[in-house]
Formats: sequence, structure tokens, C-alpha cells
Amino acid sequence: MLELPTDIHSIQDAVEYVMQSCRDCSEQARRLDLNFRVGLTEALSNAMLYGNSQNPSKRVLVEVALQAGRLEARVTDQGSGFDPSTVPDPTTPENLTKPCGRGLFLMRQLLDEVSFNAQGNQVTLVLRLESGGTLEGGVQA
Amino acid sequence: MGFEVSQNGEVTLVEVEGQLIVGNRQELKQQVLEQLEGGDLKFVIDFANTGYIDSSGLGVLVSLSKKIREQGGELRLSSLNEDLRTLFELTKLDTLFRIADSKEQALEGF
Repeated sequence: MLELPTDIHSIQDAVEYVMQSCRDCSEQARRLDLNFRVGLTEALSNAMLYGNSQNPSKRVLVEVALQAGRLEARVTDQGSGFDPSTVPDPTTPENLTKPCGRGLFLMRQLLDEVSFNAQGNQVTLVLRLESGGTLEGGVQA
Repeated sequence: MGFEVSQNGEVTLVEVEGQLIVGNRQELKQQVLEQLEGGDLKFVIDFANTGYIDSSGLGVLVSLSKKIREQGGELRLSSLNEDLRTLFELTKLDTLFRIADSKEQALEGF
């Protein structure tokens, strides 16, 4: 479990910490390095930029667990939440040239499961790992 | 993590070292816009030494491409690795940019 300040410059270090904590997943290297890394990065960005509105007094909680071949990350911000069903598809011709709106889309494309709590301030990402693996280094397993 | 800017004739080449992410996207935007305001119209952004681009980085590229086109110029991209190309394909941004395999190829005939 990690608790982060709302500081976009802390995102990469937090993601690296989580990635380093997942051992023995070499067979799934690409799905970890691309899919999970992208998903977690986007979830943290959304939590800090939109959820907490970059308010440095607010925190972001990251919980990561690996059980039965499911690598799960739960990211919670201290914002009022949002309705994920209202986020438009960024790949349609009218949205393709917009600078924002690709984070949630990438999460949904790259993770096996993406779900939100009722308030919309907590996202849970799941990546299924065929070979299992373990988590080390202080990340909740 | 940083950006190397150089001139190749009329073309401004920006090489992204490390990552293009939410934490440094504004720096790239500022550097390119300064060149654009100075009269440069042809840009290549090279990702040969880039490990990762997040959605904010993708958004900055879209925004810069639009601003450059509005001035009558063009932004080309080059040297996307397999993961980066996957992100461009998923988001269909590969249809928005001219993407070359190398910076030399991007500069050729620009």
C-alpha cells in the first residue's frame, strides 16, 4: 500500500516502485511493462489531475495485490468522483484531435478488468498473469 | 529525462530522452512552441531513446500538431518502439501523424 501526495512528479517513481515489487513474472514481461505500467500510470494521473484537481493537500492511495494470478491495483483519490460512462471514445473522428481523454480508454484497452466504485473516486485495475508471481518490497500482497 | 533540440536545415529535430509524460509534457510543448513562434514550420520529434509516453504526452503531441498545422507547418514523428507503436495504434493516433521508422527517414524529403 502506498499513500502519495498529489504531485504529478511522484507518479513515475511510484509506478517504478510497484513494477520492481513484482518478481518472477518474466513470462509476462510485456504485459507487465506495457499494460500494467500504462494502466497504473494513467490511473494515478487521473487521480491527481482530475480527482484531486492537483490540490497538494489531498492524497492518493494505491493498493496493489497479487492473488491467484490476478495482479490488482486499486487507486483512490480524495475528489468527489465522476461518472466513467460519460467519458467519450477518444478514437472517434470528432475526438481524435482532442488533447485529452485517452487515459481511461488506454486503461480499458490494456487491462483485463477496469471497474469503479459507486462514487467514482476509486478505480480497480486487474491484469491476469498466467504464470502467477509474487509481490515483494513492501507492496501489499 | 529531457529533450535535445537541433536544426537540420529547415527542420527542427527534437529528440525525447527517457519519457514523455504528465510531469514533463509542458517542457516539450514550450520548446516546440518557442521554435514555432520563431518561424520554424517543419518539426520531427524522435523517440529512439524514449521508453514511454503516457496519455498526457500523446495529448501534447496532438496539440502541437494542430498548432503547427494552423501555421502551415507539419509535425512528423519517428523511431517508435513496439510498445509506443501499440499505444499509437490503440488510440488511432497512427492515423493522425506521419510516423517514420527513423529520424533520417523522417528528415528525408521534408
